[in-house]
Amino acid sequence: MTTVAVKPATMAQALTRAMRDAMAADPTVHVLGEDVGTLGGVFRVTDGLAKEFGEDRCTDTPLAEAGILGTAVGMAMYGLRPVVEMQFDAFAYPALEQLISHVSRMRNRTRGRVPLPITVRVPYGGGIGGVEHHSDSSEAYYMATPGLHVLTPATVADAYGMLRQAIASDDPVVFLEPKRLYWSKDTWNPEQPTEVEPVGRAVVRRPGTSATLLTYGPSLPVCLEAAEAARAEGWDLEVLDLRSLVPFDDETVCAAVRRTGRAVVVHESTGFGGPGGEIAARVTERCFHHLEAPVLRVAGFDIPYPPPMLERHHLPGVDRVLDAVARLQWEAEG
Amino acid sequence: MTVLEQRGAYRPSPPPAWQPRMDPAPLLPDAEPYRVLGTEAAGEADPDLLRRLHAQLVRGRRYNTQATALTKQGRLAVYPSSTGQEACEVAAALALEERDWLFPSYRDTLAVVARGVDPVAALTLLRGDWHHGYDPHEHRVAPLSTPLATQLPHAVGLAHAARLKGDDVVALAMVGDGGTSEGDFHEALNFAAVWQAPVVFLVQNNGFAISVPLAKQTAAPSLAHKAVGYGMPGRLVDGNDAAAVHEVLADAVRHARAGGGPTLVEAVTYRIDAHTNADDATRYRGDAEIEAWRAHDPVQLLERELTGRGLLDEAAIEAARQDAEEMAADLRERMNRDPEPHPMDLFDHVYAGTTSQLREQRALLRAELEAEHERHGEPEGGAR
Repeated sequence: MTTVAVKPATMAQALTRAMRDAMAADPTVHVLGEDVGTLGGVFRVTDGLAKEFGEDRCTDTPLAEAGILGTAVGMAMYGLRPVVEMQFDAFAYPALEQLISHVSRMRNRTRGRVPLPITVRVPYGGGIGGVEHHSDSSEAYYMATPGLHVLTPATVADAYGMLRQAIASDDPVVFLEPKRLYWSKDTWNPEQPTEVEPVGRAVVRRPGTSATLLTYGPSLPVCLEAAEAARAEGWDLEVLDLRSLVPFDDETVCAAVRRTGRAVVVHESTGFGGPGGEIAARVTERCFHHLEAPVLRVAGFDIPYPPPMLERHHLPGVDRVLDAVARLQWEAEG
Repeated sequence: MTVLEQRGAYRPSPPPAWQPRMDPAPLLPDAEPYRVLGTEAAGEADPDLLRRLHAQLVRGRRYNTQATALTKQGRLAVYPSSTGQEACEVAAALALEERDWLFPSYRDTLAVVARGVDPVAALTLLRGDWHHGYDPHEHRVAPLSTPLATQLPHAVGLAHAARLKGDDVVALAMVGDGGTSEGDFHEALNFAAVWQAPVVFLVQNNGFAISVPLAKQTAAPSLAHKAVGYGMPGRLVDGNDAAAVHEVLADAVRHARAGGGPTLVEAVTYRIDAHTNADDATRYRGDAEIEAWRAHDPVQLLERELTGRGLLDEAAIEAARQDAEEMAADLRERMNRDPEPHPMDLFDHVYAGTTSQLREQRALLRAELEAEHERHGEPEGGAR
């Protein structure tokens, strides 16, 4: 008997492995997108798939996002399970019409006769020094479109488990990959991937009693770091990884906030019209009598995504998170 | 010593030889729209096919007038009539085999019905009791697409998937002249050509995108010429000549099925009615133009050819009219029944399962309906 040495794996490797295993398990799974074949994707997330499964299963398409998603619709209508890659967040916008007008509605329009099991993988968020159009947090656009699931992993294990779930889902899934976590590492055994929570469930990443940080994707490591730093201030912060923005896990979120009585939502997306507004409203509506302070938001500024040399001022960092925690009306504790 | 000097003198060499990727000449459309009726070619056409086309044209014309009448009676929210374009609608449906797929736009209800879909179910979108009525898989007809040209990439993807699975299925996608300006038209044609997908694109050039004439839509020599830029053949056909449209489409379908790739067909026709019942066409075109096209009416063209050749007698024409009247009477009768859309259905099929949010909203609506029921004593769609 051989023991498999469990080595650290990156999130990108876990995502690749998820597609590889899904393709091996189900011949209807097809990957398509720009540069996903020979090159293995600009982030190398589809590396090796064309070689292992052939170009009919992992296809380099013409450079046209609406065409990629639009043809995926037809492929899904004929019984395939397409996984499409949008190269970058801001390059996915040409596909929005297909996504909003057809992908999200086809099941509803046809009363369930034409489900579209399509996974749309979108590398998103900033912090990688990308020039304009390479760092957008576009989740609010997708969240505002009924009929889509919007998932975003923040750990290596979730990257694998959640992408498998997305591909297996009979609903269209916008799968947002935090690109600055692509190279984050964790001990993870590709031969025995750990089970992850089901779609739609939030997970407590760090238990705490003083206040709850509600976050997801690229902001999870920021919140965990902030929680560590907060110990010096005497705060024991809980960190909740939302994982799934749609469906939204009101139950887990509210249970957490009721425990601590204080909450801060943290994300890179703009504050105005961003996911934090919806989350804060939901928490306030459901947990009002348990709250010791208003739900606060730490978000990106309401500006077009800044150039790389200035992005650190825009992205929510540890200090900004701690400043928000400090504003949670602790004086009342007296 | 400079780097260049170290490497030796720079000797310019010619770039690798450029080769054209294909000879564009065979892809070019004819200079004139292809015609069968009134030409020698009509003699070679299958008389049974022509009679079937005729019966369907008569039915189609009647369907258009009946549906338009239903809008005036408030039974349809809107109807984009294809009066004058029946040859394209009918030929598109008849050019396909059972296993093939049709991807219609919102003006193509007639093609959907000619393909075998129930005439009432085909009108669900336009009646407004749901967004769509029929099972797309039953007759292999995609939903009527309202956003222009967005259904074209779907047709390409479906045809591509069929080929990957080893099925010899062809997809025929319909679009109008206005739709050719959309980005999805370009992307669909490009994908189809690159993938050599078994797709036929039928552009019905009916002269107008609501009010905007073709001259403001494109500067191309013809819409069929656009095919050449994608590396696929373009065909130009008289869209009011049912025999010609059927022949060109059937050729393109055969070509696609045999692995020859996609074809773009431009059928030159004319929208006799306004864009919809909500449009006023007198604001952008004159009667003389409409009258000129009425003289080139698709039903009359085929009827004249068939009677002239002794292939259709009065009794057969009467039988076709009778059949169309029966279809119209059935449509009237069934459309005059009040549809009963159920409010609680709104939450079904948003997702494969449901969400806690939708469960809460469902309960809210159910409570509202029950309160309404208590006030008025009438069940509103039934609180299921």
